Amino acid sequence: MHVYCTDLEGTTHELLATEGWSVMEIIREGGLPILAQCGGSCACATCHVYVDPSWKAKLPEPNEEEVAMLDGTFEVTADSRLACQLFFTPALDGLRIALAKGSV
Amino acid sequence: MADSSLRTDVVIIGAGPAGLFAVFELGLGDMKCHLVDILDRPGGQCAELYPEKPIYDIPAVPLCTGSELTARLLEQIHPFGPMFHLGQMVEHLEKTPEGLWCVTTNLGTVLEAPVVVVAAGGGSFVPKKPPLKGLETFEGTSVFYAVRSRETFRGKRLLIAGGGDSALDWALNLHPLAERITLVHRRDDFRAAPDSVAKMRALVAADGMDLVIGNLTALEGEGDRLTGASVTLASGNTPTVLPCDALLAFYGLTMKLGPVANFGLTLHEGLIPVETASFETALAGVFAIGDINTYPGKMKLILSAFHEAALMAKKAFAYVHPDRRYRFQYTTSSSDLQHKLGVTEGTAG
Repeated sequence: MHVYCTDLEGTTHELLATEGWSVMEIIREGGLPILAQCGGSCACATCHVYVDPSWKAKLPEPNEEEVAMLDGTFEVTADSRLACQLFFTPALDGLRIALAKGSV
Repeated sequence: MADSSLRTDVVIIGAGPAGLFAVFELGLGDMKCHLVDILDRPGGQCAELYPEKPIYDIPAVPLCTGSELTARLLEQIHPFGPMFHLGQMVEHLEKTPEGLWCVTTNLGTVLEAPVVVVAAGGGSFVPKKPPLKGLETFEGTSVFYAVRSRETFRGKRLLIAGGGDSALDWALNLHPLAERITLVHRRDDFRAAPDSVAKMRALVAADGMDLVIGNLTALEGEGDRLTGASVTLASGNTPTVLPCDALLAFYGLTMKLGPVANFGLTLHEGLIPVETASFETALAGVFAIGDINTYPGKMKLILSAFHEAALMAKKAFAYVHPDRRYRFQYTTSSSDLQHKLGVTEGTAG
């Protein structure tokens, strides 16, 4: 199972995905730079990613805490999520995301 | 400078869990500590990022929050009387002619000691800056990330960006002084204290303050003076230019390595390599503990920082007390250590 992550240069990387891992962990363990300063506790907004619109409907809605935390980053769009709050399931095999500027 | 410098045994850069526990281990070895931290309070990430988040992996403490951990560490090191230099950042680390390490902060504090412990975690907490072209041109003259003097904003058309307590508190605080305040936030929902939000909304309803829901996209100005900011409204309309004399941006803090990179240490991917017998760096007498260091097998856990502090203190002893022999003792049984902790046998706990 894989996640496809596009870096700031526009290159897309195929990352090995494990069920139950957060997308932030999948990116980090895949060797891509991601700040994730708070270590995945939804407290810093430095794992901001954009989810490909075609995948958005498959993800659970962000909770209030995640939405509030996005206040602490920039260039937030309707596709913005915090990768530490997205947990991988087999239904997300092939998920496409892109890193945001404030996260690397 | 030497006349006004403070001489101590150990200077600790960073007052997070690693730096705080280092005071304890060093204190048991009769080493006095001064700590410097850019935050205005001890605790590091525990204070700034997750004060209310639960921590479950501190040995023998099944659950505590970041702020509780900080409070307990402060209680634990209280007997050693550490000196804190808060709200400042270490800018220089140099060797003095006498062979001591000299640490200078951006506020002019000068500390000299035979030992320096870098416990700087992920670096210095600095304000998050919006990615706006030309931002640096206006910084310090009309773009600010904190209020040093309220008078700076008297009679100004002031734009305040953000949706948390800092943005709301300053909007309310500066409202009587400023000519006009416009609060800009990306959504019509605020995570600030409900009372502040209610006060702000009342002012907006009474036309005492403007509230714009949208994102800053560009700055306009003459020289280093801001004259306006473009905002893309959340409602999807075309960008609007908000005339203003100053911008206060409150998007929270982020960690940047900062001057640690210029201390003369060869960094590995932004981390300080250390050897694992004492967590000393390539510079004799300079140690690095906690999240800022790297070595084979390193895990960024508070637990690791505590272990590193204990081993560091043993080696530091040789620098601070070169004429003394290091004595390994247990707090459980050593009346000497219990005396240092201000307890006598049988009354501890």
